[in-house]
Amino acid sequence: MNWHRYASPANFKRLSDRLLPWAAGGAALCLGVGLWNALFVSPADYQQGETVRIMYVHVPAAWMAMFAYANLALAGAATLVWRHPLADVAGRAIAPVGAAFTFLCLVTGALWGKPMWGAWWVWDARLTSVLILFFVYLAYMALNAAFDEPERGARASAVLALVGVVNLPVIKFSVDWWNTLHQPASISRLDAPAIHSSMLLPLLAMAAGYTLFFVAVTLVRMRAGLIERRIDALQQQHLADAERA
Amino acid sequence: MKLPKARAAKRRRLTVLLLAGLGLGTAAALTLAAFDDHLVFFHTPSDVAAKKVPLDRQMRIGGLVEVGSVERVAGSAEVRFKVTDLEHAVPVAYVGVLPDLFREGQGVVANGKLSADGTFRAGEVLARHDENYMPAEVAEALKRSGRWQETTGSAK
Repeated sequence: MNWHRYASPANFKRLSDRLLPWAAGGAALCLGVGLWNALFVSPADYQQGETVRIMYVHVPAAWMAMFAYANLALAGAATLVWRHPLADVAGRAIAPVGAAFTFLCLVTGALWGKPMWGAWWVWDARLTSVLILFFVYLAYMALNAAFDEPERGARASAVLALVGVVNLPVIKFSVDWWNTLHQPASISRLDAPAIHSSMLLPLLAMAAGYTLFFVAVTLVRMRAGLIERRIDALQQQHLADAERA
Repeated sequence: MKLPKARAAKRRRLTVLLLAGLGLGTAAALTLAAFDDHLVFFHTPSDVAAKKVPLDRQMRIGGLVEVGSVERVAGSAEVRFKVTDLEHAVPVAYVGVLPDLFREGQGVVANGKLSADGTFRAGEVLARHDENYMPAEVAEALKRSGRWQETTGSAK
């Protein structure tokens, strides 16, 4: 299969035309069903009571923060190895979305931590590594925009995105490697998930909704990014023509 | 049509990237391994018993609230309880409001100082919750049928 076929702007536009309605519609459906079940249908937790409902917003946000970062790093690798402009467009499209998911994760975590743990924030390994992830997203955006030549910004931020990948396993395994205030994983573990099916299903619906939302927003942002590049190119050409005339 | 030269350049960049990734991964793994015990959020009662904790310094200890150990001192907001890791227990004294999840058998992290008489004087008590989520009825049913796994509260 020739992946370069999808990497040309025209083909990407055609592909995204076809994907976008499905991703957007699916996101609306999953988030609607998921939120209804999470907030009204699912039971209260035997220990945490109604506060457990924060989980349905917090946990998928944390997953997406990491998933978006993995995609950002892939875009970075593609920028460095193949030097394809679409890769940088993808990276710039993903970064603010990933940062927003990370921010949502941190805020809902604080709102959950206060009633359950008794603290908005603690400097344990899990919370600190997620805060670092948030700062890496911000640094990526700043670095990407810091050069007069967009090409150099694209390459510098791609290196940063790849270096930041070491943080992903640290976030994931922080709760196993060190003792933290944050509890260990409930779902991705070797034995059965430690979460009752009446709570697991709404959580998975929310996770699907978040994922499709991420796909839809990233596609829209990538299309906008391509149009921006086109406008820039036309302006440059216009200026060059005006000078020659 | 791609020029073989451009393809070779791509392969070279990919190799450099993979080698750099390998180097970075090794460096990160070594750094994290070196942190090892120093990245803990709290010390355990066993650490306290083995005198592996700094005395007269602000620190955190964590474990389960020993079942039957919670006493409220009459006429004040002081609470006394023991934090255990099922091997050793440390008596804790705390004045203040406890989080909702604080109960016997529950995980807690206390922030304070170890005093000379061996009592840990906490200025802050945080509750820890475990990774299990279930409705109350299911927890009740599990307890009734005897399939409840006492991960907590078996500290006697």
